[in-house]
Amino acid sequence: MHKRSLSKKLLAASLASLTIAASQAALAARDHISIVGSSTVYPFTTTVAERFSRATQFKTPVVESTGTGGGMKLFCQGVGEATADITGASRRIKQSELDMCNGNGVDVVEVQVGYDGIVLANARTAEPFELSRKDIFLALAKKVPDPDGSETLVANPYKTWKDVNPALPAHEIEVLGPPPTSGTRDAFAELAMEGGCKQYDWIAARKKQDKHAYKAICHTMREDGAYVEAGENDNLIVNKLVASPKALGIFGFSFLDQNADKVQGSVIEGQSPTFDSIADQSYPISRPLFIYVKKAHANVVPGMKQFLAEITSERAWGEDGYLADKGMIPLPPVERRQVVADVRKLNALTNLAKQ
Amino acid sequence: MTDLTQEQVRERIERRLAGRHRVEKTFRGLGIASIAFGILAVVILFSDIIAKGSGAFVQSAVQLEVHYDPAVLGIEQVDEESLTWANFTGVIREALRERFPEVSGRSEKRELYSLVSTGAPFKLRNRLQADPELLGRSETVWVAADDDVDTFVKSLSDSGGGFRGRTSDRMIRWIDQLLASGELKKRFNSNFFTNGDSREPEQAGIRAALVGSLLTLLVTLALSFPIGVAAAIYLEEYAPRNRWTDLIEVNINNLAAVPSIVFGLLGLAIFINFFELPRSAPLVGGLVLTLMTLPTIIISSRAALKSVPPSIREAAMGMGASRMQVVFHHVLPLAMPGMLTGTIIGMAQALGETAPLLMIGMVAFIVDVPGGVTDPATVLPVQIFLWADSPERAFVERTSAAIMVLLSFLIVMNTSAVWLRKKLERRW
Repeated sequence: MHKRSLSKKLLAASLASLTIAASQAALAARDHISIVGSSTVYPFTTTVAERFSRATQFKTPVVESTGTGGGMKLFCQGVGEATADITGASRRIKQSELDMCNGNGVDVVEVQVGYDGIVLANARTAEPFELSRKDIFLALAKKVPDPDGSETLVANPYKTWKDVNPALPAHEIEVLGPPPTSGTRDAFAELAMEGGCKQYDWIAARKKQDKHAYKAICHTMREDGAYVEAGENDNLIVNKLVASPKALGIFGFSFLDQNADKVQGSVIEGQSPTFDSIADQSYPISRPLFIYVKKAHANVVPGMKQFLAEITSERAWGEDGYLADKGMIPLPPVERRQVVADVRKLNALTNLAKQ
Repeated sequence: MTDLTQEQVRERIERRLAGRHRVEKTFRGLGIASIAFGILAVVILFSDIIAKGSGAFVQSAVQLEVHYDPAVLGIEQVDEESLTWANFTGVIREALRERFPEVSGRSEKRELYSLVSTGAPFKLRNRLQADPELLGRSETVWVAADDDVDTFVKSLSDSGGGFRGRTSDRMIRWIDQLLASGELKKRFNSNFFTNGDSREPEQAGIRAALVGSLLTLLVTLALSFPIGVAAAIYLEEYAPRNRWTDLIEVNINNLAAVPSIVFGLLGLAIFINFFELPRSAPLVGGLVLTLMTLPTIIISSRAALKSVPPSIREAAMGMGASRMQVVFHHVLPLAMPGMLTGTIIGMAQALGETAPLLMIGMVAFIVDVPGGVTDPATVLPVQIFLWADSPERAFVERTSAAIMVLLSFLIVMNTSAVWLRKKLERRW
């Protein structure tokens, strides 16, 4: 008898508590900022989120790492408590994504927060590489211009770096990089691959005729094993490079910065990847980082304006700011002032940000 | 039949017997070898994790003589508001400048300030809040060193050379001075157990993730145990054997084998998009994990019910007990140990799950310790995943340390399952 009543009570209590919890959740308005988006921007938005919550009375924003594309989907779902306020992106928003946003009644405010360098690195135990974007394209594209000089494309015949450029070592080509779902991969294809690809005038000429064909030529990576998709985890690529000194790896600058004892960045077109060379844009493979803000939420969700003020403050994104310490490359001062002015326009109210 | 002598028969049997013994020995050897392989794998895994992660339980700290100078702090009395505004960073910097008076110049000072964690001012704030009498006085405190310094100091003791990383020559000189005078020491890293996640490795902790895991498991247990047991009792004791129950049985077994990410998608569609429950909440996490653990609990509970001999039921029936009385007074208490074992194993599975939580927003940066099932939260395995993906070097050891904590919870849960079974099991 005793056991029976106990189990009954337990069951009833657990069900009751859950019903109460659920109904409370439906009633309570969200009191924290919700941020989704790119895993590249994640380390920076989380840093700002943490500092922001310490400096103000607001709750710490919840930052989800969903990837740029996944973040856009969540962000553009619509306006309302259940949707994200801000999404981070390691590339610019696409027209299709913007259309989706606008179609769902979402007004988007773009804020460029800085740059991120993409490096090609190898183990410290090996000789450093000196590459040009053309070398990268020839080594990694699925189809390359015929080596005999005619204006036709052939399946990539190059086996070793020496085949690509006689100045390079006779190692077999092996490059570890992110999969196609990654924003880093998109940026690499656009900046490094296309940068080398369009140096062939006759390929560049195709851009005007057929944009898609041009993109297919320049952005498609080879699939015969020379380019290895090594997953989204950059730490993993770093460790694999240490284990195989002849391979090169593609990842973000902050991972090079933190693992300088294990790997070294390849010199690209005479520029080694350093903080300064990426900041003054002499290093050719750097991409902009953005956050996109939902305008309708800016005055509704507590702390939104203050958060925007924090991320665009000099102590955050300036040359000596804490985001630079985390490996983000700041915008030039003129651009920073411009962005701040643009962000202010969104904020009709006076700035309430506390010290 | 008769053309074999007794001798020949014996000879044949002995020959065969030797062969059979040989086969048996080989089989036993293979069994031992596979167990040895398993143990070896576990030993390698554990020793790797422990070697990497043990460093995270200590943290370099710097001893500072701080003066709570009202002029530097910019406050006159200690109250809630003035504490928010007070410039504790200034106090820390003042203390560092006093320790190294020769430092001058902006960049040199920046390097000096970067020796200690950016969380240090908050420690002073908490101390002053706890004891307002300190205002205007001095005291000696240990504050956490920056993660770059910490990584350097830890690599020093390992190999002698040391991983320089981003520490400059000047900083290394200061570190050497502090080490020599005992003002820089490795101390127990309590932050790791009391803090939530942080972007600064020296301030990052597992508390928020641990509480998130507990809340999520609580929801899972509160739902999946009663539902699972009720389903098992009905299917085993009441349901007629027909095509429908067969279909249900096949489906339950199927569900047990569905990849967990599918449950995450289901949770996103039903709980978040349809019922509009909050994202990143342990409530939704628990609901999703309930779906995932239910089949495990139902299957093990049914097995436990089946193992209760029919004679018990018949005897109770014979004494005039109703069906419900038979089940609740006799069968259920006897089957309970088996059910609990299954539940604990299901819970252990749920504790280690990451994939379904990705879809419902629990892969998130959580600093505040969640206070209820609807607060944003993350769980231990997700915390491990997020740290493993972080560029900062000091997160490597924290990742392994978090794995150690998770593993110890799993070991405790699985051991208690074995212990419960041993203790409560009844053999017939």
